[in-house]
Amino acid sequence: MNIVVCVKYVPDAQAERTFNASDSTTDRVNVDGLLSELDEYAVEEALKIVEAGEGEVTVLTIGPDEASDAIKKALQMGADKGVHVIDDAIHGSDALATSLLLAKAIEKIGVPDLIVTGMSSTDGIMGVVPTMLAERLGLPAVTFASELTVGSGTVSARRDGDVASQTIEAALPALVSVTDQINEPRYPSFKGIMAAKKKAVETWTLADLGVSADEVGLDAAWTKVTSFEARPPRAKGTIVKDEGDGGAKLAGFLAERKFI
Amino acid sequence: MAEVLVLVDHVDGALRKTTTELLTIARRLGEPSAVFIGSGFDAAKEGLAAYGAEKVYRIDADLSGFLVVPQAEALAAVAAQASPAAVLVASSPEGKEIAARLAVKLGSGLITDAVDVQSDGAGGVSTTQTVFAGSYTVKATVTKGTPVIAVKPNSAAPEAVAGAAAEVTVPFEPSALAQSAKIVSAKPKEKTGRPELTEAAIVVSGGRGTGGDFSKVEAFADSLGAAVGASRAAVDAGWYPHSHQVGQTGKQVSPQLYVACGISGAIQHRAGMQTSKTIVAVNKDEEAPIFELVDFGVVGDLFAVLPQATDAVAAAKA
Ligand SMILES: Cc1cc2nc3c(=O)[nH]c(=O)nc-3n(C[C@H](O)[C@H](O)[C@H](O)COP(=O)(O)OP(=O)(O)OC[C@H]3O[C@@H](n4cnc5c(N)ncnc54)[C@H](O)[C@@H]3O)c2cc1C
Ligand SMILES: Cc1cc2nc3c(=O)[nH]c(=O)nc-3n(C[C@H](O)[C@H](O)[C@H](O)COP(=O)(O)OP(=O)(O)OC[C@H]3O[C@@H](n4cnc5c(N)ncnc54)[C@H](O)[C@@H]3O)c2cc1C
Repeated sequence: MNIVVCVKYVPDAQAERTFNASDSTTDRVNVDGLLSELDEYAVEEALKIVEAGEGEVTVLTIGPDEASDAIKKALQMGADKGVHVIDDAIHGSDALATSLLLAKAIEKIGVPDLIVTGMSSTDGIMGVVPTMLAERLGLPAVTFASELTVGSGTVSARRDGDVASQTIEAALPALVSVTDQINEPRYPSFKGIMAAKKKAVETWTLADLGVSADEVGLDAAWTKVTSFEARPPRAKGTIVKDEGDGGAKLAGFLAERKFI
Repeated sequence: MAEVLVLVDHVDGALRKTTTELLTIARRLGEPSAVFIGSGFDAAKEGLAAYGAEKVYRIDADLSGFLVVPQAEALAAVAAQASPAAVLVASSPEGKEIAARLAVKLGSGLITDAVDVQSDGAGGVSTTQTVFAGSYTVKATVTKGTPVIAVKPNSAAPEAVAGAAAEVTVPFEPSALAQSAKIVSAKPKEKTGRPELTEAAIVVSGGRGTGGDFSKVEAFADSLGAAVGASRAAVDAGWYPHSHQVGQTGKQVSPQLYVACGISGAIQHRAGMQTSKTIVAVNKDEEAPIFELVDFGVVGDLFAVLPQATDAVAAAKA
């Protein structure tokens, strides 16, 4: 079974994330970045499936130079090879453009039996790219999987919803997005780190995908950020030490604010 | 005036509050038209009329065994017929997926997690999002196609206004692809009798500090008529169901009041609650980062503070 895992390089959530003042896009250069933590679950799940059978795991990312770190981490975890789509014209792409590029890249790789993605990125957190990708490729999508079983020709997943826990089934080839409930991602081993150095990473430009520069990027985006503004820090609240009356004081605050 | 489509969020015809919020927002942008998919139309119609739906597109197909693809196809069919000024859906995981597919089908821009939507005065829409765990406010607009906007719950106060709710039946057959992912079984969750987490006006959450005993958190929540949430640490420990997790990989809530009990306030937790109007915390560590966010905080043991607060609330209400 061959699997493509889509991984995103994101600014570290622990750092001061911000925007580029010139064009209102996310600052992906001056803020330390890393493989989106939620995509580690996708890599781990793909590795487990291949390890239990056979086949290859290819990791695919779209992003600037630094995004090669995301591929490297996935290769260190055990993925077999990487594809990095990189082109200055991609800067400022929105979800529609990103899904278009992912679809083109996957068609060039060759549509695999399974595409695995994270449930959402940790920066844009839209959680829509996987669905858009499936729509563009005309594949069934099983999203938010918290448990996955791959059989011959089918994939079955558990999805925990608000009202029910469902079992969902689809025929392969299919796309699956996984939650952070599905597994415990491995840390790269020393052996994995050494082995990753020899693994092949292809870099593709828009021309390689047959996409023209005016179809993607900031100017072609379907959406436009018109302004961004740092939110004022919340005004410092009242903090009391419980001296046997903390609960009563809490209730007093709620009464004052008309919650009771 | 151009129509604005609102995908009705409902359970067998019982409208979710988000639907009335979306209809209220739609009225700012044009003429609200509701799109109702599934069973229970008769139960829903009155509520849709009461919140200003001038038209109601009705798709009777039973799509309950499938994921969202058929709903996206049905909504696209209505959009093709109505040429709307915008399409509004609830920014739930399911709503966002429908919106995602619709945006690709229509070749339209998509904005998710909007906390406000206004007319831009030029026939388009201007949205507001709160991003990077609440540290920035972003205004955006859709520049291509029919704006598809996924709006977070609690983003507008529903306004009751009578609408004609003229019924338009839309014939619909899901494609083969739409039927390719099937729900083969479903195990219903136990009902708690408490409000739904994302819609609740008040949420009381417990974390690792509960040590696994949520009884004091639940009792306090019940005294306030609140929903109960949990941190991931509490969920991962198996103390509370995942469907109650608040945060980046759980629910994003934006209630009038959020009470964090025994929760440190990690960035991933904040991502799910930082836009709450009023924030209160009970934590025994005065250095806990959650206190940076609060309007009111009690440094103390939740097992002492919460029962006293619960009694005081009960006394105040009696
Ligand atoms: C704060 C913020 C708000 C935004 N709001 C909008 C908006 O409203 N509308 C809009 O169109 N765009 C928006 N964008 C831009 C959007 O985030 C990016 O265009 C991105 O490519 C897609 O969305 P996401 O990061 O939310 O991905 P999600 O849909 O959350 O991603 C889910 C999964 O898709 C895969 N994936 C996503 N991106 C890549 C990639 N570059 N390479 C490989 N795999 C990937 C990964 O497996 C990931 O786990 C926003 C960006 C930011 C930072
Ligand atoms: C990719 C990713 C996604 C994540 N998604 C989420 C998410 O969606 N939601 C989420 O919540 N977390 C999420 N996390 C985890 C997050 O980073 C934190 O680990 C988690 O929020 C910690 O939960 P906590 O505050 O309950 O526990 P802790 O951080 O251990 O805090 C417990 C707090 O309880 C206090 N306490 C202890 N005993 C008492 C007592 N008797 N009375 C009062 N106070 C007491 C302590 O002082 C402490 O501040 C995610 C992490 C990652 C990496």
